[in-house]
Amino acid sequence: MILGSIQPAVLIAALMVAATPILLAAIGELVVEKAGVLNLGVEGMMILGAVAGFIVAVQTGNPTLGFIGAAVAGGLLALLFALLTQVLMANQVASGLALTLFGLGLSALLGQAYVGISPPRTPKLDLGPLSDIPFLGRAFFSHDALVYLAIAIVIGVWWFLKYSRAGLILRAVGENHDAAHGLGYHVKRVRALAIVFGGACAGLGGAYLSLIRVPQWTEGMTAGAGWIALALVVFASWRPFRALAGAYLFGGIVVLQLNLQAAGVKIPVEYLSMSPYLITIIVLVFISSGKARGSLNAPGSLNRPFHASG
Amino acid sequence: MIRLEKRLAPSKRAQYLNPFLAVLLTMIAGGLMFAALGKDPIAAIRLIFFDPIFSQQFGSFSRPQLLIKSAPLILIAVGLAIGFRAGIWNIGAEGQYIIGALCGAGVALAFYPVEGWYIFPLMVIAGALGGFLWAMIPAILKTRFNTNEILVSLLLVYVAERLLAAMALGAMRNPDIAGFPGSRDLRRYESAHNADLIAGTGMHWGVVAAIIAVIFAYVMMTRHSLGYQVQLAGQAPRAARFAGVSPARLVVICLGISGVLAGLAGMFEVSGPSGQVRIDFASGYGFTAIIVAFLGRLNPIGIVLAGLLLGLTYIGGELSQMMLQLPGAAIQVFQGMLLFFLLALDFQTNYRLRFTKGARA
Repeated sequence: MILGSIQPAVLIAALMVAATPILLAAIGELVVEKAGVLNLGVEGMMILGAVAGFIVAVQTGNPTLGFIGAAVAGGLLALLFALLTQVLMANQVASGLALTLFGLGLSALLGQAYVGISPPRTPKLDLGPLSDIPFLGRAFFSHDALVYLAIAIVIGVWWFLKYSRAGLILRAVGENHDAAHGLGYHVKRVRALAIVFGGACAGLGGAYLSLIRVPQWTEGMTAGAGWIALALVVFASWRPFRALAGAYLFGGIVVLQLNLQAAGVKIPVEYLSMSPYLITIIVLVFISSGKARGSLNAPGSLNRPFHASG
Repeated sequence: MIRLEKRLAPSKRAQYLNPFLAVLLTMIAGGLMFAALGKDPIAAIRLIFFDPIFSQQFGSFSRPQLLIKSAPLILIAVGLAIGFRAGIWNIGAEGQYIIGALCGAGVALAFYPVEGWYIFPLMVIAGALGGFLWAMIPAILKTRFNTNEILVSLLLVYVAERLLAAMALGAMRNPDIAGFPGSRDLRRYESAHNADLIAGTGMHWGVVAAIIAVIFAYVMMTRHSLGYQVQLAGQAPRAARFAGVSPARLVVICLGISGVLAGLAGMFEVSGPSGQVRIDFASGYGFTAIIVAFLGRLNPIGIVLAGLLLGLTYIGGELSQMMLQLPGAAIQVFQGMLLFFLLALDFQTNYRLRFTKGARA
């Protein structure tokens, strides 16, 4: 029996790990899009984070510093995007693509000497007796700190957008930048900050791949995770907790697919590994069609440039 | 104090000048990057931009390569540019390129070892059709379900890559050679071989197709009402709708054209320069073509120049890998920088810097 060899507790634990990189990238991009900016460079920022985190962690022997380095690298690349789109008024779609192409190249260049090395191990968070609870302990309470940090960021973003004054301003900027400008808010400054936050999150997500999930550096290792994160934001119809649910759902699919591969199901690996992309497309179709269209929830000024005249 | 002021009309001069400035700035920034890598920057830049054509040593080898590398870039970019003008973003040309190659090669492998004049034309049709159908997936999902075409076309690249691997290792694998993944070499199958039309020049059918596509696109954009509709939809979507331009029809046409051209590019590549369906067949032409389209100002003639330039960087990249042990990824960074500089410079097309005295009231 093939499926019998898959244990539920292990599966849940594995799906949380599989979901974390795209969850981190998606929650960052969600904030960016809430501010009215479409940054298609998630893939580029993720992979730069992956390589930067890996290099810093290997050089210092400290994974925590690695993650910080990854967030900084992702944020810096995002800053470039902010400069292009907010100061120099470049097209957001084209700039995002440029970011991805540049990030892929730069990461390959930087990571050359690091192929085939193992990074320092990131320890699991010690949750004491919680980890010893049967089933629940194995499934939910025996992870590294980043898994919980990702969830904490989701909660933080939810609170920020819903209850804080700054979050309200950010949403105003995203919904109608002319009105927000009229009220005296600094549209570009808010957007630039959101963009950098998104980049830092994407960088963290990338480093999670190279330092924990794989853990190794290989060229192009994000393999579309950044694009899946972008799709996840649409799927979540710009709501933080829906992004969390979507990421875990997606993580479940990935893990199941990997388990099927390992269990030796008679489908070639190449076809099984298509499934995450195909499922993402199918989900996108469902979300964007129909009466309860998730896309109706899109921020009003998304992907519209802002320039204060006069 | 300096501030940006929007121009009343885009500056034509900046529009034409910027690509040249961007190339110049990329050379400088790239030189700095090469210096940081511990290589002689001047020698590296020379090797990338001048030696492939002018050097006595490599010229005879790399001159024909220029056409081979540039033709698929131009072919794909011409199609993409039409969509970009209309605000329809097909960024999955790499996937359409792969599927076109698989369909073209599939026809050839199905006929093997029969020889006949009709095989190559059938392959061309299959390649075009494959690219077209692959591009129709995002097009129809967009028009029927309003699904974002950017994400779908891009995600399909990964699906196409997996399909390529499955074909190279499975259905299309050469049954005569055990142990080696990859299909039969189409260059050794006369009816399917996309050979040089004039030996030793790199002038194959793909180059001819690229020239035809450029002329076709130029006529369409400047003389045909469809070209007018494309421009209108891109610049003033609301006005376009009032003028009776159907957005859905435009999505299908734009994605269809770019899909056909990308599929053709893949088919000409697999039957000629590459020769085989292999795991590493996809070489990123579909993505580099995006840079070509922008650098060529979304204009068919400009795209020819931009395609030749980026084709040159491909060859120069290989040369510098060989001669200076520069990493292959350096050229990717180079291409990315080019797009960055172009986008950054383009602000002067629509805005101008104004120097005013004191702070604004």
